[in-house]
Amino acid sequence: MVSNAEKIGWDVQEMARKVALDIPDGAYVNLGIGIPEMVSGLVPEGREVIYHTENGLLGMGPLPPAGEEDPELINAGKKCVTAIPGACYFHHADSFTMIRGKHIDICVLGALQISESGDLANWSTGDEKAIPAVGGAMDLVAGVKTIYVISKHVTKTGEPKIVKSCTYPLTGKAVVDRIYTDLAIIDVTPKGLFVREMAPGVTMNYLQERTEATLHQYE
Amino acid sequence: MINKIIQTPAEAVADVFDGATVMISGFGEAGSPIELIHALIDKGARDLVVISNNTGSGHVGLAALIENRQVRKMICSFPRSTNSKVFPELYKRGEIELELVPQGTLAERIRAGGAGIPAFFTPTSVGTPLAEGKEVREFNGQLFVMEHAIRADFALVKCRAADRYGNLVYNKTARNFGPVMCTAAVTTIVQARKIVEPGQLDPETVVTPGIFVKRVVEVSNPADESKLVAEERRYPW
Repeated sequence: MVSNAEKIGWDVQEMARKVALDIPDGAYVNLGIGIPEMVSGLVPEGREVIYHTENGLLGMGPLPPAGEEDPELINAGKKCVTAIPGACYFHHADSFTMIRGKHIDICVLGALQISESGDLANWSTGDEKAIPAVGGAMDLVAGVKTIYVISKHVTKTGEPKIVKSCTYPLTGKAVVDRIYTDLAIIDVTPKGLFVREMAPGVTMNYLQERTEATLHQYE
Repeated sequence: MINKIIQTPAEAVADVFDGATVMISGFGEAGSPIELIHALIDKGARDLVVISNNTGSGHVGLAALIENRQVRKMICSFPRSTNSKVFPELYKRGEIELELVPQGTLAERIRAGGAGIPAFFTPTSVGTPLAEGKEVREFNGQLFVMEHAIRADFALVKCRAADRYGNLVYNKTARNFGPVMCTAAVTTIVQARKIVEPGQLDPETVVTPGIFVKRVVEVSNPADESKLVAEERRYPW
């Protein structure tokens, strides 16, 4: 565990912007609840991206203006949203056909832990007293073509989130493709974790000290 | 003549029996057939197994059904949403059972149930605690978990418009589990905002074909569940 007192690294907005830069024109994208939702506002001009929400909407638009919320037009986080011109609605089995059938290009999710081999834990801490709830997370990681994780590099108490092996219950095995943290962007490859980019002021040593899993550098 | 129209929610749910398995449409508050659920509370059938994505909000609708101690077991994917208070309390006290199912697996188990498919293999949950004790098989080099279909005695569903044949169209993301649940119950009971004459629904845009539906009841001004929750209303009123 390392003290995280010094201010170094990207803020949440910048992390979301990094993800957004990696979303190509024409992509069908599912964004998880919370920080991943910020990504939609940061995609560069000129790229058309279609957002899927698993509760049955393809072509999700921005939040509605105050007073124009429709309780029957919501996203997976149960927040009121809008539908773009050209959007469509469908039932849950069709929605998960899109997910499980590998029709969605990219999913952006949060994480509790990510392992060296791309295992993801993001639905439960395994606490016996907590009420387990999984939603669509396991379907998304099992079926979407590319899984991006956006997460702080360490926990609030400074523990590494990128670990050799997840201690929390898994959401999926070997499912993560790329990790965007406040300190770095890291690719999950068959040869291990490779650092793609580091935030200003971050060095490989600094990053490795805050990562339980072994990090590699591209040649 | 075929006429599936029933006059009141109370008549529509009158034969729901103790111990029945009941599917309830909705994703959070969107699409939840609150008037049918309240009629089921008035009717008082107990020991129910309820299949629904969530466990209800506040103290109305599905949450009120649970609070009234009519539900023995919930089968759902996300039992603790922001406004869900009743289920978490009972669950912590060990007074209600939970079968946790990934959302897509829940939808597909219901779809399979309606389609006469007893079980299927899915990549969802492989290598996780939710696959424990289930058969895992390899197809084309990838592992899949076997999941069983679910059927129910009753499905309670909300839609936008219906005709006397039971053809249905829905409203926006309130559609969610409705269409699959309609197919998977012995008796599908639907509350529609409007009942229209046969022919008024464009056959090209009917979402649920009438063959899947047993009863439709018009509830022209359904309660806005989100509003009731915000106002901290309780059912029975």
